[in-house]
Amino acid sequence: MKPARFDYYLPSTLEEALAKLSELGSEGKVLAGGQSLVPMLNMRIAQPAALIDINGLVELDAVACENGALRVGATVRQSTLERSDAALGQVPLLAQALPLIGHWQTRNRGTLCGSLAHADPSAELPLLLAVLDGSVEVHSSRGARTIAARDLFVSFFTTSLEADELIVAAYVPVAPARRCYAFDEVAQRHGDFALVSVACAAEFDEQGALAYLTLALGGASEVPLVVETADALGRHADRELIAALAERASVACDPPSDHHASAAFRRQLVRTLTGRMLTALLRREEAAAT
Amino acid sequence: MISHKAGEHAAIALTLDGAPVVEQAPPRMLLSDFLRQACGKTEVHVGCEHGVCGACTVRVDGRPVRSCLMFAVQVAGHRVETVASLGTRDDLSMLQRQFHEHHALQCGFCTPGILSSAQAFLEEHTDPTEREVVEMLSGHLCRCTGYRAIIDAVLACARERREGIS
Amino acid sequence: MIESPARTRPRRWIGEAVPRKEDPALLTGAGRFIDDLDPFPNTHHAAILRSPHAHARILSIDSTRALVLEGVKAVLTGARVAEISQPFHAGITEPVHFYPIAVEKVRYVGEPVAVVVAKDRYIAEDALELIDVEYERLEPVVEIDRALADDSLPLHENVGSNVVHERSFTYGEVDAAFAAAEEIVEATFRFPKYASTPIETYGVIAQYQRGTDTYAIHANFQGPFVLHTLLASALRVPGNRLRILVPPDIGGSFGIKALLYPYMGLIALASKESGVPVKWIEDRLEHLCASSSLTDRLTNVQAAVLRDGTILALRLDHVDNVGAYVRAPEPACLYRMHGTSTGAYRIPALAIHNRLVTTNKLPTGLNRGYGGQEHYFALERTMAIVAKRLHLDRLDVVRRNLVRADEFPYHAPAGSVLDSGDYHTALDEALRLAGYQELLATRDRARARGRSAGIGLACVVEPSGSSMGYITIALPLEQRKRSLPKSGAAEAVTIALDPSGAITVRLGTAPQGQGHQTVTAQIVAEELGVALESIEVVAEVDTQTSPWTIASGTYSSRFAPIAAVAVQQAARKVAMKLRTIAAQECNVPVDDIDLAEGLAIPRGDRSKAIPIKRLAGLAHWNPLALPSGMEPGVYETAYYSVPILEAPDDQDRVNSSAVYGFVVDICLLDVDRETGKIEIQRYVSVHDTGRMLNPLLAEGQIRGGFAHGLGGALMEEMVYDENGALLSGTFVDYLCPTAAEIPPLVIGHVDTPSPFTPLGAKGIGEGNSMSVPVTIANAVADALGVDDITLPLTPRRVWELTQR
Repeated sequence: MKPARFDYYLPSTLEEALAKLSELGSEGKVLAGGQSLVPMLNMRIAQPAALIDINGLVELDAVACENGALRVGATVRQSTLERSDAALGQVPLLAQALPLIGHWQTRNRGTLCGSLAHADPSAELPLLLAVLDGSVEVHSSRGARTIAARDLFVSFFTTSLEADELIVAAYVPVAPARRCYAFDEVAQRHGDFALVSVACAAEFDEQGALAYLTLALGGASEVPLVVETADALGRHADRELIAALAERASVACDPPSDHHASAAFRRQLVRTLTGRMLTALLRREEAAAT
Repeated sequence: MISHKAGEHAAIALTLDGAPVVEQAPPRMLLSDFLRQACGKTEVHVGCEHGVCGACTVRVDGRPVRSCLMFAVQVAGHRVETVASLGTRDDLSMLQRQFHEHHALQCGFCTPGILSSAQAFLEEHTDPTEREVVEMLSGHLCRCTGYRAIIDAVLACARERREGIS
Repeated sequence: MIESPARTRPRRWIGEAVPRKEDPALLTGAGRFIDDLDPFPNTHHAAILRSPHAHARILSIDSTRALVLEGVKAVLTGARVAEISQPFHAGITEPVHFYPIAVEKVRYVGEPVAVVVAKDRYIAEDALELIDVEYERLEPVVEIDRALADDSLPLHENVGSNVVHERSFTYGEVDAAFAAAEEIVEATFRFPKYASTPIETYGVIAQYQRGTDTYAIHANFQGPFVLHTLLASALRVPGNRLRILVPPDIGGSFGIKALLYPYMGLIALASKESGVPVKWIEDRLEHLCASSSLTDRLTNVQAAVLRDGTILALRLDHVDNVGAYVRAPEPACLYRMHGTSTGAYRIPALAIHNRLVTTNKLPTGLNRGYGGQEHYFALERTMAIVAKRLHLDRLDVVRRNLVRADEFPYHAPAGSVLDSGDYHTALDEALRLAGYQELLATRDRARARGRSAGIGLACVVEPSGSSMGYITIALPLEQRKRSLPKSGAAEAVTIALDPSGAITVRLGTAPQGQGHQTVTAQIVAEELGVALESIEVVAEVDTQTSPWTIASGTYSSRFAPIAAVAVQQAARKVAMKLRTIAAQECNVPVDDIDLAEGLAIPRGDRSKAIPIKRLAGLAHWNPLALPSGMEPGVYETAYYSVPILEAPDDQDRVNSSAVYGFVVDICLLDVDRETGKIEIQRYVSVHDTGRMLNPLLAEGQIRGGFAHGLGGALMEEMVYDENGALLSGTFVDYLCPTAAEIPPLVIGHVDTPSPFTPLGAKGIGEGNSMSVPVTIANAVADALGVDDITLPLTPRRVWELTQR
């Protein structure tokens, strides 16, 4: 299990990195945390001609709060976010999702942006970006653009990034005052990719009716799937509504089948987890209100 | 921009277990292989080469990482510590001694990686819960012990460290 | 007996919870594992091209492009291996030819097709991509049912069928018992294929020495060393020209590394062909697809029972799937439990029908619990089903049938002689530790709240110290008679004192973390009355210089019942020599010399005590002063074999193991019917380990065996698709338990020392590997009210059970 040969570039500026990426096109692969890429290299599933290691770009190793969002640079480690009380306070869902990603040892290397670029539909961070309606800032030597989460993920392990583009930062919206969140998953072991994961962001008005709801599913379709919930707004999240949303989620998804879980079982998990997550969230909010 | 062609060897200067080291490696050489083969650090054990088992865990700039998921060229200018940075046979570290007393190792193949993680963990968590220890440890596979003794050894070490401080 | 008051007793070490001698080296990363060794100059590295197909004919192999790659030394293929070596022998009559590399056909995904020898592993792997192989794909035979079908394509054409072994056995009046039965309970069970996956993979460093036509092979091989003989004949050299060297440390094995021998042969041949020493370190992907696993098994059980739960007789029909080849020591998996087929129960009549099939899967071999988990899954599920069908309390059925304390040694119908035990007391102790009444109440409360809770129980006889003869029961009597009878299970140990009195013990056990050095030192320290720290125990094995027997190695939990006794006997030989010399020096009878505190002490006159190191010095430096007829030096070897292990008799009975421990497990668990997740609420395991040699190590063995059993119960499986492709070929897909998946385990003991070995100790490391899978299955069956349980109980499978 040794990787095939590759040329190695360690740019010291973003411009250098983008120029090299542009020169190499699909022959070049960006190396950030490497926690998904290097296993593929070791197994020779991926054999790029060159690696462009962005870990030398110190300007990408920064977390900042800009325009109501947490801007997480491309080389910020997942464990750095985990250790940052400020980041976890601004994006409470991170505190729920991060500990579920792989293990502490892989989070010490793995990055948020790298996980987004890898676009594994069962990974936690793409789901998090989708449910929070975040975006990524993408640069190439041709210029820069912002891609919303819903436009970023195209299919299994496929994003809308061009071959010469690099995710420079992710924007994760800061939680509005009344917003509450939940995240749940079923994995076979602690730290495994989830068979199915669910996440939601919600707001209740003074009367306890839903003022905001986003519900998203991981591992249940080729991309993190945001479930249509507009008709739930203004309604009380009672048992009936929750059951209806859970049912809708299980119908809306198109889960894969593999030896860990059949599509039917994943659908069932979507239904169960959605229902349980919304119920738990509601209970939490009710407890907080009293 | 630093660049190394596939066929070339790069000179890699790093601080390894506290000592400056310069050794050569081609770009594709895994950090785990580099530490074992070029630097003679057979303390680093290789168990899966896809980042799951944790046997090859070392500390890079203080943080435990899988050395099979990094390339040697990536540690140029960085600080790498293996289990050799802990105690010696005649002067075991507190953590190593607790492992010994709790029978927290059997074949000992996964042990250096676990010690590297646990040492870093204890430096960050002075009073960890059992659940936190289990979460840290879940990044390592051990097929011999069933883990209980390892958990106990880490918790005992945390206690001993606290008592030593207070 | 009244002791003389002047007698000096040595410090007791046996039974003490001594932390290990092995630890300091391992804790500092200074262990010496196979990949850490560099024994030969100019060593090259091997990589192995493996079959992508489950079943195919090899039409051609073209290595031209690989051979011209810079750094490549040689490419070895099956055709050449067949020219320069012999197939490995196995203990069945059908001619299933097994070479360490595919010859003409590939029969499982991952089977070696070519070996590249190159300057380093990276280049060797580059060269693999340059070898062109043309295959003609054949119908894959993946599952047992397909292998049993008359029209399945035989993997081995010269055998003509995928059923490669079949034998029937009858013990006692089976037909009469079934005629007398008030009920006949029948059930069919499937047990999955899984493997213990040690964290250190296989490793071999081999050198063919042209000048002497000898092979030196360093390998993390665990024995049994009967495979040395097998390997020598495959390599076409006499045994004395095959030197196997086992490194001081092995990174776990659990049986898996016994099956390293084909690769030892393959890499040795690669060295011969390439003219350089060759090192091969298996990677994890290779390990998962092409090392070894236990068998998957189909078992049909018929139990003839009375309405009160008494079991009169069993009919067992086994189909064991050995994968693509029958590799020695298979068909041992089918026969290890043969003599103990009736488990912990006094069932007088037994019929067994055994078949072995080949399929296009990884071939099998030893694995912690070897044969036990498959066997007890069927037997202990049957016991639960019997109770359920008869509407009896499970405990009543168990108690009624358990062998009683006054019946030991108990002669089981198929030949096992259960040496000692108190099964009823062990069961009671387990119930006490579990708080059984409260457990029932907890389960019922959970059920009342709509949750699916269940209680599982299993009683398991844990054999240890396998005999060398039991596998021959696979052969029909007339054929067995044609060769020498095989009996016993020997181990050898050497103890030497150098001129300064320093003590070195040399083992042939090739341990993999079990703590043999520590227990050996405990025994020797106690026998010789010396300090524990002063004893060096060498665990590395060199077949040219170490004491060893065909049975040597670490498997079948044989250290405690067998090797430890060899240690004791070697130490006693040394003690006798030292005491004899001291007796002459002090002019007293030998019986009046005690060894303690590093001294030989004449009884009643401590002032004349002589340091042991002085006696050793005398034996080396002044041989003329030794008692007449005594040899100089202090160098003693003891060979020990358990007397009770006789060869199979003419009625096909065999006592397959030296001693028999006992395990009772009780578990309470919750099943989440919506997510399929199982949560174990309480798990109690009570063991009979005979006389415990080191409680600290014993607990380590129990906890380790428990984790393996849990993996098998809940998550581990080698999954193949209908084409024979391996779906669990990485550690992301083959799931082993992590610290987060191990529930608390309560351990108890009801120990009954074995009367059949001098130390009375029994093996302990495999019991829970055998008991946990069925205990959890029984609990899930209880929770869901279903009987058709198949392991592993993954969320998917549990959920599917709830959908019935």
